[in-house]
Amino acid sequence: MITFDKVSKTFPDGTLAVENLDFELPTGKITVFVGPSGCGKTTSLRMINRMIEPTGGRILIDGKDVMSQDAALLRRSIGYVIQHAGLFPHRTVIENVMTVPNLIGTDKKKSRATAMELLLRVGLTESMANKYPVQLSGGQEQRVGVARALAADPPVMLMDEPFSAVDPIVRAGLQTEFLRLQGELGKTIAFVTHDIDEAIKLGDKVAVFREGGHLAQYASPQELLENPANDFVADFVGRDRGFRSLSFDSSGVLVLDSVDSVRSGSEILVLDDAGRPLGWAGPGIADERSPLSVAGTFTAADSLRVVTDLAISSPVGIAVRVNDSGVADGIIRHPSLVRQLDERRRQRAGTAS
Amino acid sequence: MIDYIRINYQLIWEAFQQHLYLALIPVILAIIISLPLGYIAVRYKKLYYPLVNISSILYAIPSLALFLLLPPIIGTGVLSPLNIIIALTVYSIALMVRVVADGLNSVDPAITQAATAMGYRRVRRLFAVELPIALPVMLAGLRVATVANVSIVSVGALIGVGGLGALFLRGLQLDYLAPIFVGIILSVLLAATCDIIIVLVQRRFTPWVRAGGRA
Ligand SMILES: Nc1ncnc2c1ncn2[C@@H]1O[C@H](COP(=O)(O)OP(=O)(O)OP(=O)(O)O)[C@@H](O)[C@H]1O
Ligand SMILES: [Mg+2]
Repeated sequence: MITFDKVSKTFPDGTLAVENLDFELPTGKITVFVGPSGCGKTTSLRMINRMIEPTGGRILIDGKDVMSQDAALLRRSIGYVIQHAGLFPHRTVIENVMTVPNLIGTDKKKSRATAMELLLRVGLTESMANKYPVQLSGGQEQRVGVARALAADPPVMLMDEPFSAVDPIVRAGLQTEFLRLQGELGKTIAFVTHDIDEAIKLGDKVAVFREGGHLAQYASPQELLENPANDFVADFVGRDRGFRSLSFDSSGVLVLDSVDSVRSGSEILVLDDAGRPLGWAGPGIADERSPLSVAGTFTAADSLRVVTDLAISSPVGIAVRVNDSGVADGIIRHPSLVRQLDERRRQRAGTAS
Repeated sequence: MIDYIRINYQLIWEAFQQHLYLALIPVILAIIISLPLGYIAVRYKKLYYPLVNISSILYAIPSLALFLLLPPIIGTGVLSPLNIIIALTVYSIALMVRVVADGLNSVDPAITQAATAMGYRRVRRLFAVELPIALPVMLAGLRVATVANVSIVSVGALIGVGGLGALFLRGLQLDYLAPIFVGIILSVLLAATCDIIIVLVQRRFTPWVRAGGRA
């Protein structure tokens, strides 16, 4: 657990970067610091490993004040990943990963073996080991950066916009793999981003910062989307937060109509012999021999967000559910979905008050 | 010319050795002195411009003038090789301080910060991270300093100590081309050899630079 105990930081030039920060990062979880540029995220992060020293208050890791520990030793026990990875250009990939084990004095052979394992674990190949950072793509560099931070198996990791320098597709891949890795490792992670979507996707907890280093809200992603503490947070999490908050609820709660209800009439769901959906047909839509694509289906495990998205994008305003074998087992029409979402919202509001 | 070489073999060899010695000792001294000075110029930013400016001024003093000025200042004999060594050391330092400072400044601050965040202490970080990354820039400067020294040594002949430069002087005095040619060829060869050695060192110790070029 990392505790911010009334932490403030005023830089020598008088800039008040962080003021009276008071919150806790739970052990084994990802806590995301998010907020607009210049609101003190990086400053807060760097106070954890003493790259910046607080001018007021204390930061404790598992109850121990970081300022009472030797700075270099403290840092060796905390993984650190930054934008552009910050790899050492004069060292090969494997040497980069072995940095902290070498500092600690781990046996070379052992640390090399661990490093090699880590490379595979973050999705690189052994053939990368002897390359230099200039020979890597941005995404690969970032993976090496993560492997380097993990090499000495530190309980705590600090990550400052680690994925923001790569293109959106690579970023999405890195995020997914990062979550998988964290599922295996269970590190205590402080993660800085200015991207609210990334915060929602990765965070177990999200700390929304606002100008002057104040904490605007500290909550789970779902709480943040559903009950923003104030206008600043509501505005920051964005206009489609209602839609995004649907991703936290399973579609299992929905009451569906039977597939038979769309086997005849104005909209006809065309099925193959096994009962798998082929497409939509009907008067003014398409002929049954060449139906319009269903534009995707959902299963009971998908979120409400997926269903809503399907209902909106379906050519007939109907989302189709399939079972594990891909056989259609229910449908929901747009108006019915909206009604059910509305009920859900009203129930939530009722229990909240 | 062949005859000249055969007859004066001993003399040419001695001139060559002296040349080598006069040119390279200052380079070695300059490396030892410039590293800390360059580091100080980077570490204490206020000292960067004073140090670099003093260096530029020193570098602008004509070599012959410096050779002649040194004996009265430091009390060496007019014909002492020490004058040449000290003068060339001054030049090399003047060049290298700037090169070391610029080399260290060329290290991306994000990299040094990452090193600190990994748990490097200052001294180890300097030797394990900053100096190696600055090496290509520093070696490029070293090449310039070394080649310049090899050529300036000859000027020393005018005050009696000049390695291969003595051959030029003799040729002029005797109105005889052979020693001049031999002197020129040997000094060019010497400069080229030193240059190649430094390039080889650079390849050996900074493989990442070439890796970048290929990628
Ligand atoms: N070394 C410093 N000296 C003076 N002021 C600083 C220093 N470092 C940061 N600041 C100021 O402190 C404030 C917070 O900076 P910080 O880097 O923590 O912001 P951030 O939230 O990480 O922003 P970004 O999203 O742009 O990275 C800013 O106003 C910044 O200008
Ligand atoms: Mg920042």
